[in-house]
Amino acid sequence: MLQIKDLHVSIDGKEILKGIDLEVKAGEVHAIMGPNGSGKSTLAAALAGREMFAVTKGSVTYMNENLLELSPEDRARKGLFLGFQYPVEIPGVSIVNFMKTAINEHRKFKGLEPISASDFLKHMREKKELVGLTSSLTNRSVNEGFSGGEKKKNEIFQMAMLEPILAILDETDSGLDIDALKIVAQGVNQLRRKDNATIVITHYQRLLEYIVPDFVHVLYKGRIVKSSGKELALELEEKGYDWIKTEE
Amino acid sequence: MDESALSLELKRDLISLFRQNTGALETNSGRILNLYRERAFHDFDKLGIPSTKNEAYRYTPLEKYFQGNYDVELNANPFKIDVGSVFKCDVPELDTDVVLVLNGFFHSGNKTGQLSGGVIVCGLNEASVRFPDIFHKHYSHYADSEADGLVALNTLFAQDGVFVYIPPNTVMEKPLQIINLSHSLKNLRITRRNLIVAEENAVANIVVCDHTLCNQRYLANSLTEIFAGENARISFDRLQNENNLSTQINHVFIHQLQNSLFNGTSISLHGGLIRNNFYARQDGPNCETNLNGLFLCDDKQHVANYVLVDHASPHGTSNQLFKGILDNDATGSFNGKILVRKDAQKIQAYQKNNNLLLSSAARMNTKPHLEIYADDVKCSHGATVGQLDNEALFYLRSRGIGEKEARFLLMYAFANEIVSRISVPILKERIIELVDKRLRGELSKCNNCDIRCG
Repeated sequence: MLQIKDLHVSIDGKEILKGIDLEVKAGEVHAIMGPNGSGKSTLAAALAGREMFAVTKGSVTYMNENLLELSPEDRARKGLFLGFQYPVEIPGVSIVNFMKTAINEHRKFKGLEPISASDFLKHMREKKELVGLTSSLTNRSVNEGFSGGEKKKNEIFQMAMLEPILAILDETDSGLDIDALKIVAQGVNQLRRKDNATIVITHYQRLLEYIVPDFVHVLYKGRIVKSSGKELALELEEKGYDWIKTEE
Repeated sequence: MDESALSLELKRDLISLFRQNTGALETNSGRILNLYRERAFHDFDKLGIPSTKNEAYRYTPLEKYFQGNYDVELNANPFKIDVGSVFKCDVPELDTDVVLVLNGFFHSGNKTGQLSGGVIVCGLNEASVRFPDIFHKHYSHYADSEADGLVALNTLFAQDGVFVYIPPNTVMEKPLQIINLSHSLKNLRITRRNLIVAEENAVANIVVCDHTLCNQRYLANSLTEIFAGENARISFDRLQNENNLSTQINHVFIHQLQNSLFNGTSISLHGGLIRNNFYARQDGPNCETNLNGLFLCDDKQHVANYVLVDHASPHGTSNQLFKGILDNDATGSFNGKILVRKDAQKIQAYQKNNNLLLSSAARMNTKPHLEIYADDVKCSHGATVGQLDNEALFYLRSRGIGEKEARFLLMYAFANEIVSRISVPILKERIIELVDKRLRGELSKCNNCDIRCG
């Protein structure tokens, strides 16, 4: 599904990612861990198409296509989803309007008619329940005045609405208490299918108790320095990132 | 004196225009209208057309818009308009009482006289004759012709417009929709004068739509005086959508007595130059004044809003919120002033002006201004001029929303803060549609009108 080869990414001329190799297949959950500043969010943003992150070398193939040539919106329409570490507040745009527009843009891309009002409401009701989002939230402006937990739930809600093929969740666990964490993880687990995949980016092992990964990768100074099964997360939790640093 | 050679010349031309037509003006107008011309003449002679040296007009270069040849109509245009058809195409489903004002004259086809509850809606000139007591008590009492040469100019040439009277304890059953139309075969100078009197405990919803039916140049100088008696509640919403050759100068004077509420929202979509001057005076305790404005402009449009809220009594509140989106070579200005007089304690007065510039050539000048002489007040002001938020754009795009649509959503959200404040629900819906079209570039000045001219 996704093949990243020797990916180098710079921001303002400063190289952050220094040669990433990663392959994600359908049905898999990958966890990317690493200390602060190791380049985790840069990888997520570069995959989603954020323009300020310049790819200087390497390739990314997604569904047999060159991902790097696609606009952010086309990446999303082809099934890529980024759960933001810091979801953006958009005053004046209601979640309902936002999601309706997004779904219709996806449908237009696939040559489908706009979704009917009743189908949309039904779809939304189902997904709201999945993440325990209340109607009083969905009627509000996107993320405006939301608590940290509400913002993250809203990310998972959007993911559920758009049913992505590849979801990249950037520190979805940061700022969540244990109850919110469980709800978010439950949402992710319920959306897991054989034909989709998830990349979970996290600083702590905690989230991985609820979203069990098939692979764990450790990113450090712009490179993946270790890849293994889920047991790697526990080892990291025990020994801390210093262990990786000293091993280097 | 701040007068340039050009403004002197313009003044001379207008004075001679008045002198040539004084006879006709006075013959056509009621006694009370004529009563104020002499003083207006004196004030206009002193002040002339404001130049950019005048602080209040610093960013609005008016003089060039006054140049050129314009006709003046001294009698109502006999042009027949089916009120129903204009009403239909303009704001469908809006259940309102509609009156048409054609080139400044109350149209003869309007259903005039009394509405339910004793509400009076008629031509200004007619009112000056039929209701001299009410008229005399209010006409030209709030519009200060010493403050602005254009106010003096309006009073000088005032002949007609709309008169609305809402008796005490009366709730207007339906909103009143005033449609100002400009229609002529030649360029035209138009003077409109309106007077709205809401007595104590009266409730009034008034909607004003400004339209041009032809692609002539129009130079309109409009003035509306509004009186809100004790406990009166007035909403006054305005939709400005004239052709981009037109110049519209628009003064609104609001005089509020205690416990009264005034809500005004102006939406400026098209028009070559739009200058709105709002003067609200709280002349009794516990008044509330809300003035909102949205302007969407592109090409070479210029939209300027000037606001003065005068807190002359204690315990009042006021809010000013003006937002603009400017594209291409459009320019705009906001000049808002809060004046709190010495004994006006416990005032809460807020002012905000936010602007989005979509091109590097678009310009916005904003000047908040507080003048406070009382010591126990809460006042704030803020102004921003910026671009669309790139973080928000990327967020929307990352969900599959195309860049163009994402930009539209953000602009629409920006505008919606104003549109959501429109008091009449069905009008709000209609304006949402118009703003939507305007932002997508699908609204031209005439396409929502059944009347084809030329």
